[in-house]
Amino acid sequence: MSVNTKIVDDLVANKVEFVTTVPCKQLAGVIDEIDACDKIYHIPANKEDEGMGLCAGAFMGGKRPAIIMQNTAIGVTINTLVTLTQYYRMPLPMLISYRGELGEPVACQVEMAVHTKALLSQLNIPTYHFHQEEDADELDAILKYTFMCNKPVAILTDASFWKGY
Amino acid sequence: MIRSDILRDIAPIIRDHLVICNIGLPSQELHLTDDQPTNFYMLGTMGLSSSIGLGLALAQGKKVISIDGDGSVLTNFGTLPTIANNVADNFILLIIDNGSYGSTGDQPTYAGKKTSLAAVAEACGCENVVACSAEDTGKTIQAALDSNKMTIIVAKCESGNVKVPVITMDPVVIRDRFMKAVQA
Repeated sequence: MSVNTKIVDDLVANKVEFVTTVPCKQLAGVIDEIDACDKIYHIPANKEDEGMGLCAGAFMGGKRPAIIMQNTAIGVTINTLVTLTQYYRMPLPMLISYRGELGEPVACQVEMAVHTKALLSQLNIPTYHFHQEEDADELDAILKYTFMCNKPVAILTDASFWKGY
Repeated sequence: MIRSDILRDIAPIIRDHLVICNIGLPSQELHLTDDQPTNFYMLGTMGLSSSIGLGLALAQGKKVISIDGDGSVLTNFGTLPTIANNVADNFILLIIDNGSYGSTGDQPTYAGKKTSLAAVAEACGCENVVACSAEDTGKTIQAALDSNKMTIIVAKCESGNVKVPVITMDPVVIRDRFMKAVQA
């Protein structure tokens, strides 16, 4: 089974039915699988804070949401994470491509990578880092944890996890 | 008419539906005029009323009215193509366009100058876009509710604010009360 299929299977098994995405090259495969999955409503967003608004609405409407985005989006979404997702205590699994790590060809991506974990830590967002393919075995437990505690939870997935891109 | 006059006028029409209300004075005015468990008050997060409303409308069947402003739509312009391409016929976006950032001191927005939000919404692919006067907002909302079609309403009104208290209800209480109303 491909890692993309495993991720989507875990989302479906945890009744995640509403997924918003802003693309990243590393995430192209999983976004394709989300789009093809008939158990998930896939709604591409133009910006990640917009996507978090969509997820907040879906959650209040009774659907479990998730967002898929790049780590650069942490810079875009801090206000939304704090004043919407956290303030109203809403769950939000965030599958994040961790650009700017080992194997990164684009120097500018490193500039946000060096801030990514520090920002998530400052925001008290539980953060998991997938580096090896088998790290994805924890995804099921991470999703259960997210919907248990009603918090945004970050899953950083680096280039080694995606085997380059 | 100013925004608070519109909110007072439309309160009896929107009362029986799910309402997502924009940050700042719009939420404070609606809260003071007609607090309902079916109202979700945004206490922060400029710009996302339309996104929260669309997500809510796509997730369940009850009718949803997002009350937004020209300034906040300009803040989250990407919302209009997303709405156009993800049609939810139980969703109404009401943009109260007073041409200013009311909650921060009535600084002018571009929507009060050369930019037409109704034309932008149409250019983004939204199919039922209705521009109306402040006085006609109530009957325009009623017609949109009766049509069972996703509708974007741009209601033009004058700039200006009334003095209202801030909302002191806890956000988790607002959210919990609202979700119970969604499920009722």
